[in-house]
Order: sequence, then structure tokens, then C-alpha cells
Amino acid sequence: MSVDLAQFHQVFFEESFEGLEIMETGLLELDQGDVDSEQINTIFRAAHSIKGGSGTFGFTEVSDFTHVMETLLDEMRDGRRQVTQDVVNVLLRSVDCLREMLTAIQDENPIDLDRVKADQDALNVILGGEFSAVVESDADKGQSESVDQPVENESGSLAGWHVVFSPHPNLMQVGNEPIRIFREFAELGELEITVDDHGLPSFHDLVPEELHLSWDMTIKGLIDRTDIDDIFDWVEDDCDFAVRSLDEQNAAKSIPAVEKPAEPVSGNTVAASAEIPSKPEAKKPPAKKPSGTKAASKKSNTGSIRVETDKIDTLINMVGELVITQSMLGLIGENFEVNKLEQLQSGLAQLEHHTRELQESVMNIRMLPVSFIFSRFPRLVHDLSTKLNKKIELKLSGETTEVDKSVIEMISDPLVHLIRNSLDHGLEGPEERIQAGKPETGIVHLNAFHRGGSIVIEVSDDGRGLNAEKLREKAVERELIEEDEILSDKQAYELIMMPGFSTAEVVSDVSGRGVGMDVVRRNIQSLGGGIEIKSELGKGSVFSVNLPLTLAILEGQSIVVGDEVYIVPLISIIESISLHEEMIDNVAGNGETFKLRGEYLPIVRMHEIFSIPNPKVEDLSGGLLVVVEAQGVRFGLLVDDLLGQHQVVIKSLETNYKRVDGISGATIMGDGSVALIVDIPGLMTLSTQFNTNKSAA
Amino acid sequence: MASILAVDDSGSMRQMVSFTLKSAGYDVIEAVDGNDALSKAKSSKVDLVVTDVNMPNKDGISLIKDLRDLPDYKFTPMLMLTTESGMDKKQLGKAAGATGWIVKPFNPDQLLKTVKKVLG
Repeated sequence: MSVDLAQFHQVFFEESFEGLEIMETGLLELDQGDVDSEQINTIFRAAHSIKGGSGTFGFTEVSDFTHVMETLLDEMRDGRRQVTQDVVNVLLRSVDCLREMLTAIQDENPIDLDRVKADQDALNVILGGEFSAVVESDADKGQSESVDQPVENESGSLAGWHVVFSPHPNLMQVGNEPIRIFREFAELGELEITVDDHGLPSFHDLVPEELHLSWDMTIKGLIDRTDIDDIFDWVEDDCDFAVRSLDEQNAAKSIPAVEKPAEPVSGNTVAASAEIPSKPEAKKPPAKKPSGTKAASKKSNTGSIRVETDKIDTLINMVGELVITQSMLGLIGENFEVNKLEQLQSGLAQLEHHTRELQESVMNIRMLPVSFIFSRFPRLVHDLSTKLNKKIELKLSGETTEVDKSVIEMISDPLVHLIRNSLDHGLEGPEERIQAGKPETGIVHLNAFHRGGSIVIEVSDDGRGLNAEKLREKAVERELIEEDEILSDKQAYELIMMPGFSTAEVVSDVSGRGVGMDVVRRNIQSLGGGIEIKSELGKGSVFSVNLPLTLAILEGQSIVVGDEVYIVPLISIIESISLHEEMIDNVAGNGETFKLRGEYLPIVRMHEIFSIPNPKVEDLSGGLLVVVEAQGVRFGLLVDDLLGQHQVVIKSLETNYKRVDGISGATIMGDGSVALIVDIPGLMTLSTQFNTNKSAA
Repeated sequence: MASILAVDDSGSMRQMVSFTLKSAGYDVIEAVDGNDALSKAKSSKVDLVVTDVNMPNKDGISLIKDLRDLPDYKFTPMLMLTTESGMDKKQLGKAAGATGWIVKPFNPDQLLKTVKKVLG
């Protein structure tokens, strides 16, 4: 039968990457001087699994490479190898190399063999001393064994073999059966068996669980000696057996040790197996010395749920349908005027309750702890602090805080950037820290927690903090702000997230040229989140990233413009107001503005931007404004009417239609109609373009 | 058809073993480590145990040792999946009561051949 091994590849890759993470985490802990054999055993086991899997699935480059790593880890585990910074670094590089190899294989790209060879050489250099030792013992062993190893050329016999097989009484107690051995012989060729029951005790003494028979077998045909040895492979210590070639000439020449043919002997002893080493393989000394530690890991199994995202997406769609059905029933119920109304409504309440519960439990499948991303950071901090010559300790807390998988995938890069930024710009070098009266080692703290319907991830450091004055000067210098512009400290901090802003005198290759912070903010905002900076000069900074828990369901406010219904994400809405004549104030330029608590905010007419016909409200006075905020900018959205607030299931517009500016997606309303979800930052851009075009025209 | 307990902490290997054996018509029970295997073996008697050696929460050798001590498993064949470099493991496994071994890497055909050999 043939089994397509490719179907297991995906699982193999996933668990291998997980294994690499375990190795990396373990190595970094070793790096901090925390050497315990259990830790090394965990690393070893991860490497061992990757080796086993890659061998089985035919990725020989990976299994060869892992084999070398495993040899080194084995030595470390047994205490034969000192755990030094150098060894740990080489192993960390090897982990990287393995990761690249696996990624290449997964993506069906060629493996960078030069890189692999370089890393393998580095491992071999470390292993060098030990290797020669092994070779030596090999030679020793080989010599001593060659003495009692009579047969080197007994590869095969033309005529066949004569085998005396005399199991020890306990052979069956390890699950072996003589019948299996006979069956295997029968597969090799024509078999004749005679049983010798001389050893059988009297009925009175017979123990049914013990074997007292021996067998004399003659097998004919061109059979390789190793095939016979293979049959006895499992039981060589549980039986005596003697093998003699039927090919007399050959036998005389090649098996001098079996001078007297092993004849059926009474009792249990037949030609001792010591005389005829039965298994060539067994003559080789073990490549490795026996390991000392076999204890199972004390650490809890970091098991993970693997559910195909596609399946979950389907499930979420189903839940979406359920939500819709529930809304539909709700609509019917509202216009239902019989006496059973009350009952119907309580039923509906229940349905709603269940719907919500189901929804929550389904969403939970996609929830992953942030430790998935946090676990990458010890390595990052280790590498960067070495590069920057800074002493830095990374603290992690709230790793178990859960967030939707889609958010996890998107947030990793921005967080990497924030950490790099803290390490590079925030934290001082050891000397500067001592001068400032701080401990030599700087601290970067990553903390995650839930707040309302969002997750907050804070990256804080106890570094030099942001200098608002310096930031302001820089911004003026780069013509990002006017010289006389008044900024609060908070606003000044936000300058670092403007495109083309960098305060580092020397541009380093660690956190780049300040383009990053701008991108960080944009990425976080595109996820519907925000970023906030707190800082104290000389004490440190805190970057708080606030993100929705999921990207699949959104709390939205439905609004009406003309005959259309739109959804505005609740997270963007500050408030909704009714405009009064005195609030409207058209200042310079052609933009309409209104005054809200002393602040002038632009008005965006939804019907103009989206060219919606027949708006009910065109007169600003008395119109309804939804005040929204995007990227720190507030504006009023002129709408006809406000409907309710709902949880809506986001459907992608790209998959079903195409991308539309100012729209982030669509959803299905309770009455079955489609409503578009407004993309507030996109709408702001559209509005600016609209006004520019209008003034140009 | 004979029932087989397949034990491996590596999901891909476990799936491969399980799929191969199921395709050949065996009933397969999967376990993720030694402890899991022991409790599953106790709750329903299997005809063959195929176990990985290096596992967290009770390795394959301790598993075989523990199973062998159970009256139900005194004569049950137990195979361990081990790497070529694990010679010492073979000896330890034998001492613990293993019937035999399958050397990694192996392909589905080799696995099936060995299992058939043992179960007849």
C-alpha cells in the first residue's frame, strides 16, 4: 500500500517550528546561566523530534543537520560538555538555520546549502575534540571485536541455511512469539522445521507461560545472512541461536567458528550465541554514550489547539447567519400583534442569549494567548542588546491574555518595532545609566491585559524618556510643524510617529530611520486600534497599544443617508450631536466647520462623498452630526438619521466585489439588506481629496 | 481486527502511524505521551502498542515497563519507534519488556510490514 506522506507535512512543519521555539527559549534560559539538565533535556527532545520527523518525511538535509545538533546537546545533557556562551550562541544560530531550512522546504524554495554548511561546520568545530575521542574508542572496540568476529564475508549462501533456535523460557513475556519467527523464515524461502521437546518439563512442573521447546530449521534458497539476523534482531538476548550455511564449501570457509555444527542439544543450551555474533549492527559500539537523564519533563506540556483557520471562518460565518436570523426574528416580533407576543419575545430573548453564547464560544476557538508573540522577544532582546552593547533585561507579564488569532498575526511586527525602538532609543548604555544613578541593566517590560472590549499591550522601558522640547525643536527643524505651533507634551510625543521623524543622532541599523514609528501607528490603526505614549524625562517611556479583541465582529452604529444604511464602527465614534445654527462657522477656505466646546472641527457631508442621491438633510442647521476620530483628527459626519447599535459580522468587500475607498467591508442587516461599513480614516482622506477637487474646480 | 495503541508526542508522526495502520484496517487508539497511553491502555485492552521513546510525561521505555506489569499486557507485543543512534535505548527498551523496535526514519510500508509480522 502506499501512503502519501505529504499529507502530514503541514503538521510536521507546525510542530517543528514549535519545537524550534522551545529550543530557542530553552537556550536563552541557559544563556542566563540557568543550567539544569532537565532544561537541556527539553531542548534535546525538541531537536530529537525534528530529527525523527524530518527523517521520516524525507527531509534529509534537516535530519542530518539536526543530528549534529543533537550530538552536541546529548553531550551537554550528560555533562560531558560545558555549557558556555559560545556553545549556546552556535546552537541559537543553528536553530535559526533550521528554521530557514524548514521555511524553505515549506515554501518549496531551495535550501541555502552554503549557510547550512557554515552552521554545521560551526557545530562540528565545537564537537571536534569529542569526535576524535569517539573515533578512538571506535577503533579500540573494533579491534577487540574483530577477534571474536569470525565472519566478515558471510554475506549469502546459495543453498540456504541451517538454524537452531532455542528460546529462553521468558521469550514470550516480552510479547515475542516463536511463531512470528517461523513466519518470517517461511517468507524467506522453503522452510523445514523440526521441534525438539527434550527440554520440556514434566506436566507437573510445567509453567504455561514459559517456553521449553527448541527448533531446528532448514531454509533453502539464496538468502542473505543479514535477513536471518534481522529476524532474530528483537530476540537475540532472549534466545540462543546458531546459523550455519548449507553451502558446505562456503560454510567451511566463512564460518570457522562453527566447527561443530550446532546440533539439537538436550536442554536449553544450544551453541552459545556468543560464538556466533548474530547481528552485524550490534558489533558497532554505540555512536553515543548512554544518556544519564531519562526522566520525563517536569515542565507542563505547552499544548496548543490547532484548528484550521478556514474551518473556523466557516463556523464564524454560520454564527453570522445565526445572528442575522435572530435579528430577523426580532423584526418580526416587533410588528407582531397577537396575545402570544410576550411569549414570542421571551423566546427571542433566549435565542439572542444562545446566539451570543455560541458566538462567544466560537470566537474563543480563535483566541490565542499573546505568549505566541511574546515568546519571540527574549531572543530579539538578547540579540539586540549584544549588538548595541547595552545590558537589558526583558520582563514579560500578562502572557496568558488572549486575543484573536488575526490580531496576533498582525500585531507582531509593530511590537517588534516598538521593542527595537525602546532598546535603541529609549534605553541608555551602562555608563550613561550609572551616571544617571540608575542600575546598570535597563529594563524593557512587555505587559498585556484586557480593558473593555480591547486588549492593551504596553511596551515600557526605564530609559531616558522622551524630551518634549527636543522633539518640538526637531519637528520645527524638519518642517513638520510651524515654529509657533503650541503642542502639549502628549502631542509632542506623537511627533515621533510622523513620517520622516528621527531623533537618533546616528541612524542605527537597529531601529532604522524613524520611518518605522509612522508605519507602526498606521498598522495599528488599520487594525482599528490606537497607540498612546506616556513618558517622563529621565525615567522612561510607555507605549500602549490598544487593539480590538477580534477583527471578525465589530460593534457598529447604523446610520441612514438618503436610502442607504451604513455602519460606523463604534470605536471611532466620540459622540453624536444635533447641530445648532450658532455652532456652524465657516472659517477660511471652503471647508465647512462647526465649533464644539471651543474647538473647530470640519464637517463631512456623507452624501457628497459617497454621491448618495436624495439626502433628507442638506441644511446644516438642525442636522445630525456623528463626531468621529481617526488618527487623532476629529470631524463631524453629517447623516440623515441614527438607527441602532449592533454587533455586525464583517464580510470582506474585496472577496465579494472589489476594494472601495472609504469602505472597510460590508455586513448583512436584520432585514437581509446589505450595509456598508464606513472606514473612518479612509473617509477622511476622501473628504480631503473632495475638498481639493472642489476648490480646484 | 486487531487494535493498536499508537503513542507519539509528535503530531505528525502520530498521524502518520495512525493513518497508515487505519488504512490497513486496524483499529487505532492514539495517545500523546506515556501517561495518556497508560490510561488509555488500561481502559481498553489493545493487541499491540507502538510507542515513541523520547516523550514528555513518561517516556516510551517507562510506559512499556509499566504496561508489562499489568496482567492484561503481560504478553502483549510492544514496539518502540527509535532512531538509529538510539542503540542504548533499544537495550533499555528490551530490559523494560519491549518486544522489538522500528528504526526511524521508517516509511509506512516498513511500519506495516513490521506490525503484520507481529500481529500475524
